[in-house]
Amino acid sequence: MNPAVPAVQLRSIFKRFGAVHANRDITLSVTAGSIHGLVGENGAGKSTLMAILYGLVQADRGTIVIHGKTVAINNSRTAIALGIGMVHQHFLLIDSMSALDNVLLGAEPHWRLTRSRAVVLEQLKVLIQQTGLEVDLTRLVGELTVGARQRLEILKALLRGARILILDEPTAVLTPSEAEQLFVTLRQLRARGTTVLVITHKLKEVMTLCDAVTVLRAGQVVFDGPIAQCSLDQLAQAMVGRRVQLERPDVLKATPKGPVSLAVRDLSWRDPQGTQRVSGVNFDLHAGEIVGIAGVAGNGQSELLALLSGMFRPQTGRLDIEGTVWNSSRWLDPTTARRLGMAHVPEDRHRFGVVLPLPLWESALLGYQRSRRFATAWGWVRRQASRAAAQVMLERYDVRPAQLDLQTSTLSGGNQQKLILAREAMAPEQLPKIILIGQPTRGVDIGAIELIYGRLRAMRDGGAAVLLVSSELDEILALADRVLVMNQGVIVGELMNEAVSEAALGRLMAGVSSLTHAGVQAVP
Amino acid sequence: MSRPLELPRWIEWGLLPLVNLALALGVCSAVLAVVGLPPQQVFTMLFKGAFGSAAGWSYTLFYATTFVFTGLAVAVAFHGGSFNVGGEGQAMIGGLGCALVALSVGEHLGQQLPTDLAAIVVLPMMIVAAMLGGAVWAAVPAVLLAWRGSHLVITTIMFNFIASSLMAGLLVGPLKAPGSMMVETVAFPISARMPGMHEILQGFGLDWPRTPLNLTLLLAMAAAIAVGFYLTRSRWGYELRTVGFSSDAARYAGIQPGRQQVISLLIAGALAGLVGINELAGAQHRLMLDFVLGAGFAGIAVSLIGRNHPLGIVLASILFGGLYQGGAELAFDLPGFSRDMVTTLQGLIVLFSGAMAMVSAPLLVWILNRVGGRNG
Repeated sequence: MNPAVPAVQLRSIFKRFGAVHANRDITLSVTAGSIHGLVGENGAGKSTLMAILYGLVQADRGTIVIHGKTVAINNSRTAIALGIGMVHQHFLLIDSMSALDNVLLGAEPHWRLTRSRAVVLEQLKVLIQQTGLEVDLTRLVGELTVGARQRLEILKALLRGARILILDEPTAVLTPSEAEQLFVTLRQLRARGTTVLVITHKLKEVMTLCDAVTVLRAGQVVFDGPIAQCSLDQLAQAMVGRRVQLERPDVLKATPKGPVSLAVRDLSWRDPQGTQRVSGVNFDLHAGEIVGIAGVAGNGQSELLALLSGMFRPQTGRLDIEGTVWNSSRWLDPTTARRLGMAHVPEDRHRFGVVLPLPLWESALLGYQRSRRFATAWGWVRRQASRAAAQVMLERYDVRPAQLDLQTSTLSGGNQQKLILAREAMAPEQLPKIILIGQPTRGVDIGAIELIYGRLRAMRDGGAAVLLVSSELDEILALADRVLVMNQGVIVGELMNEAVSEAALGRLMAGVSSLTHAGVQAVP
Repeated sequence: MSRPLELPRWIEWGLLPLVNLALALGVCSAVLAVVGLPPQQVFTMLFKGAFGSAAGWSYTLFYATTFVFTGLAVAVAFHGGSFNVGGEGQAMIGGLGCALVALSVGEHLGQQLPTDLAAIVVLPMMIVAAMLGGAVWAAVPAVLLAWRGSHLVITTIMFNFIASSLMAGLLVGPLKAPGSMMVETVAFPISARMPGMHEILQGFGLDWPRTPLNLTLLLAMAAAIAVGFYLTRSRWGYELRTVGFSSDAARYAGIQPGRQQVISLLIAGALAGLVGINELAGAQHRLMLDFVLGAGFAGIAVSLIGRNHPLGIVLASILFGGLYQGGAELAFDLPGFSRDMVTTLQGLIVLFSGAMAMVSAPLLVWILNRVGGRNG
């Protein structure tokens, strides 16, 4: 392999889906043995471009050159044969099979499974030693941590001979320390001569990890160059096309805390399998504050939101919403929660927040379909009023394209999120007094993040109580007035905004420190 | 990253179904040619038999009426995400319900009131009884689905068999007409018979051949319109569709998925039950074994081809009614033609318009782009 020859060259790639130009004349070159970042807003065309490189989608026009050879990649099998491997954002693993069998699947070197296992196991051991991608191969994938599953996906790709590795949003599901570990691994892979292509929104990661970066906007390359020659601000500006302001405003308004809107006492929930997901949670949420719940995904925050919004019913617990008291024998349901002025922006918006096949205006009714503004006492939908209300939502929250009859699934993630936030913030009967919001900006581009942050702060300033669940530390730091940290279903610490530091939060999240000394140890 | 093909509305709802129909006819022609029948003559006779005369139209619409009910019964459940294959059994029990009312209340009132007056009381009661019968038969699988998560396809199929056995038991036992060798009840009293279309039209001075086509046709139209409004214009329809697309989103929105599914299956059962009104009160004037004759299953095909949309279901019902009627004529007129050939054609239509509905779409788009040239 001649390092002077680029590993990947894409020349004038065009791809159109209907009226949308996903890729317009994209030309980019990736140096062999480097880590190359591909950044851009949602819908900028990064995923399409990588899908073209991996053979999942065919370009309308353009040339792909791999290690100096012009190739036609019509399916992923060709891509794999060319030494291209891809780790998808949502892992393609089978939970009920062992890690080893998952690697084996589809690439069995022998028809006898026992022999295949032995062969692959040897190869994997060598690979693990070389790369430091530690995975317990005998375990079922369902028992592995998210980080281990990702390492397994990388191993899978490497074993199939990948010299060019594409990672789609690799850190979206990782804890800060797992992400750090991933970076170490990727640098090791680079040292071995593997070329790594990373798709991401997170500019900070690009700055620390990548050697070069390409920024896409609206299907076109707007910036391309070595990382040494650019700054974070420059990248953000290139990505959005204007300056963005995400950081916490310099002067923290000392908003006086209002009365308690929501009081939670001794809240516990076991899932149907008997695992304790939330145990003994207590906290107060005041009007006019944003309380952040920090924690690594899967430590009970999702369940906490589901409980408070009435979707789940706890085994024990008491909930006081401005004087209305609920307990485990009489728990509120989502309809009642909405009637009490509680809005809920769910974590998993595809599963819960919108109905993808419905048109936008119908998704804008979800949860409020029984409101008299949207339906008559006889149960007929008030189409005119509903559509008018939806139109206002689309305009005020800048949902694009603002076409009422468009299928919800055609919106990008960020626009779907804006639609949900608009719906919840503009509830038909009354403005929400309590807002439960989970992962508000997961998979959302930076322009939409700015808008969402602005709206949340405005609602807080307007006297609403906001409970924010997020696994992004930056997000918690930018928004929350007070932070509660959850680990394994328990609130392990509370930090006031002045005491919040990334290191302290990180340690609490990882469960290595408890409340007592979290604030004390500033630097590891 | 393969996305579903997005087509202009007029292609998806207008041209594509016609192309698929043509494909089915084409393949059927080949089959006909293989068995040595002249395809052109067969299709001409089929079409003439179904739509070539007033009588042909009448029979076609009579069969179509039944298919509208069973097709809607599948569609309503389908919008809630459940697959109701129990139309057959629900129709049988619906028929049983209407027959029981006809033979008890109808018989009783018919002796005390003038026929017309009795009919005004008895017929609506029979309609309600038919709907109740169908709904009751759908209720058990529905509740099992909502509470226990039982597989609806399995339970409704089993309920078809139970219904069939129940009918046989009743018709050779307590309900059998005394002294008759036939497995059927005594005839319904006049007041319990749905007026035939020819009688109605005669009242307006129009001469119309005597056929089984009866007033139930209007009931079927009303049912299709009501289902359309329910699904697209009411909040229950909205909630039902939400459940059908995503039960998680439904739960988030405060909708109880199980409850919506039970409601939709009760409605589905009631619709299927109305088959009894068309076939028994309208045509046979007695309860007999096997009066449903597979219409419950044909409803699945009708709903599939009609894309679960009431208007589509009405059109698909007329198509199937026409095939049924035309096929009957053909078997009568053309030596060597068996009615199984019509079943073959039906099967091909289901295959091309239902199961493979989108298979020809890419080709069609390609052709249109070629023909449309620059503006495409």
